Amino acid sequence: MKENNKSQDTGLPMKELNVDEAVYITRLNKMHTLRKPYQPVNPSMLKSFMPGNIPEVFVKKGDEVKEGDTLLILEAMKMKNRILAPFDGKVKSLNVKVGDTVPKNHVLIELKATNV
Amino acid sequence: MSIKQKTLDLKMRMQGALMGGGAKAIEKQQSMGKMTARERIIALLDPNSFHEYDLFVEHAARDFDMDKKHLPGDGVITGTGTITGFPVCIYAQDFTVAGGSLGIMHAKKIAKIMDHAMNLKIPIIGINDSGGARIQEGVNSLAGYGEIFYRNTQASGVIPQISVILGPCAGGAVYSPALTDFVFVVDKISKMFITGPEVIKSVLGEEITMEELGGARVHSEITGNAHFFAESEQECLQQIKKLVTYIPWNNNKKADPFPKKAPKTRQFKIDNIIPMDPREPYDVRDVIRAISDDSDFFEVQELFAANMVIGFGRINGDTVGFVANQPMVLAGVLDVDSSDKAARFIRFCNAFNIPLVTLVDLPGYLPGIDQEHAGVIRHGAKILYSYSEATVPKITIILRKAYGGGYIAMCSRHLRADFVFAWPTAEIAVMGPEGAANIIFRNEIKNAEDPDKVRMEKVEEYKRKFANPYVAAAHGYIDAVIEPSETRRFVVHALEVSAQKSELTPFKKHGIPPF
Repeated sequence: MKENNKSQDTGLPMKELNVDEAVYITRLNKMHTLRKPYQPVNPSMLKSFMPGNIPEVFVKKGDEVKEGDTLLILEAMKMKNRILAPFDGKVKSLNVKVGDTVPKNHVLIELKATNV
Repeated sequence: MSIKQKTLDLKMRMQGALMGGGAKAIEKQQSMGKMTARERIIALLDPNSFHEYDLFVEHAARDFDMDKKHLPGDGVITGTGTITGFPVCIYAQDFTVAGGSLGIMHAKKIAKIMDHAMNLKIPIIGINDSGGARIQEGVNSLAGYGEIFYRNTQASGVIPQISVILGPCAGGAVYSPALTDFVFVVDKISKMFITGPEVIKSVLGEEITMEELGGARVHSEITGNAHFFAESEQECLQQIKKLVTYIPWNNNKKADPFPKKAPKTRQFKIDNIIPMDPREPYDVRDVIRAISDDSDFFEVQELFAANMVIGFGRINGDTVGFVANQPMVLAGVLDVDSSDKAARFIRFCNAFNIPLVTLVDLPGYLPGIDQEHAGVIRHGAKILYSYSEATVPKITIILRKAYGGGYIAMCSRHLRADFVFAWPTAEIAVMGPEGAANIIFRNEIKNAEDPDKVRMEKVEEYKRKFANPYVAAAHGYIDAVIEPSETRRFVVHALEVSAQKSELTPFKKHGIPPF
């Protein structure tokens, strides 16, 4: 977005917005400027879907795991959530230990898929 | 005892109750820059019009030594009164009494005054200033909230419901305002959230202040939970007084008419507002002010999704609801928030017999992954639903761009607008000339020696043929192409002839609008 000074109406600096290949001179609202760029989901990065703590870890780095194995427990919102392996693979890195508190979207475990 | 003594006894009892939480608590309330609950009611209503009920209600908590405590009026003041002669039921939570906490008798007082409002068919105003549920009363305080939510829902669309947040409003308490029609907030005083900063910190480890989490600005700019933002309690009360002049007492009535007044045409010159280049911005509120009585426009949700403008004005003395795209913000596109905002306002106007005047100038829906993933399909559908179901008179004026889905959504003939007018500057087309030319002439452009030159030629060709109101006029989709200066005359007449409009809708319990 370029700065555009054709602020004929309001005296405020205007921005440009492209809709269907036409460029409009306009102001942007707060929600638009606050939005985060989209990031594709990487299934081998197991992230905390909620902030919480880690009361139990069942695997260590280098372990082979099968799809559906419980890897660790993420206790959040008074619930012991089991974090399961989404596919067969190997634990590439383990980023938490028992007793840790993690924020939302923290990478708990990185898996490396076998047979890919 | 003589009657004199009995009267004296009554006066003594009243004096005790009227003190609320006592001098110390009142002082604390005032030191926070807040008025007391009773001061607020008195300041809002006409002088001497407030009549209080249930002053001697006692709380019903018996556990945790609560039976030894006395809570005057159980922390809420209820009654009836008038605002410039307009009758209302009102309640105000009294923060000086046990932090305005909600126990079962507190809730029963609110429920009783809400039942009054429903039976008397007059609006209910609730002033919220409460720490939340009274924990000592356990499930009874939850029962109390539930009784209020049920009544809010039953009253929805029957009587106007106004919520004023003048203090904390946390946890379950937020859902009563959320179920009502208009929510008023005041900077640095109003705080609304489901879980407060302390819980968020202890459970989630995230730190945030109350103001950043659920202050007045947050709810006015970001969440859209609030409809009116004020800098002070006084300004807030003035806004409420103004709002009630535009709305009827109930859904069987029309808003009281005002003396007719012409717009201030010297200040708002309708011929000069719109730039000829469709990509240049302007403030659509100037167009509204150029056609409304006395150039008066009372904007709703001014700070939220400002790419859509909604609010009340009058045409020839009668209230109308204006809905307009705002080219000055996000080029006036429809997106998740602006669709929600307009759809809810349209439903309010329809429920309360307020005709709709729609001003159209938009390039379409906002492109983006965030919009698609936020559900712009189901949110955008709300605006189609509300316009289609509305049976009040609907008048649409296409000022400039009306492209694609945006053209349909903004109360087109196809959604049963009664009258659709277009200015000569209107461009009614399936999409903007740039986009359309790139698709229709894709091969010519690709195979040309100078693709940019051919593209420009084709865009110009498309503009000449289709970027005007006459293609739509040829199909009868618009009723008249009018000069901008004729707009008010046409709107006044359209409203006059629609005064007795009746439209039959199929019988149903209720529709299933996209949420």
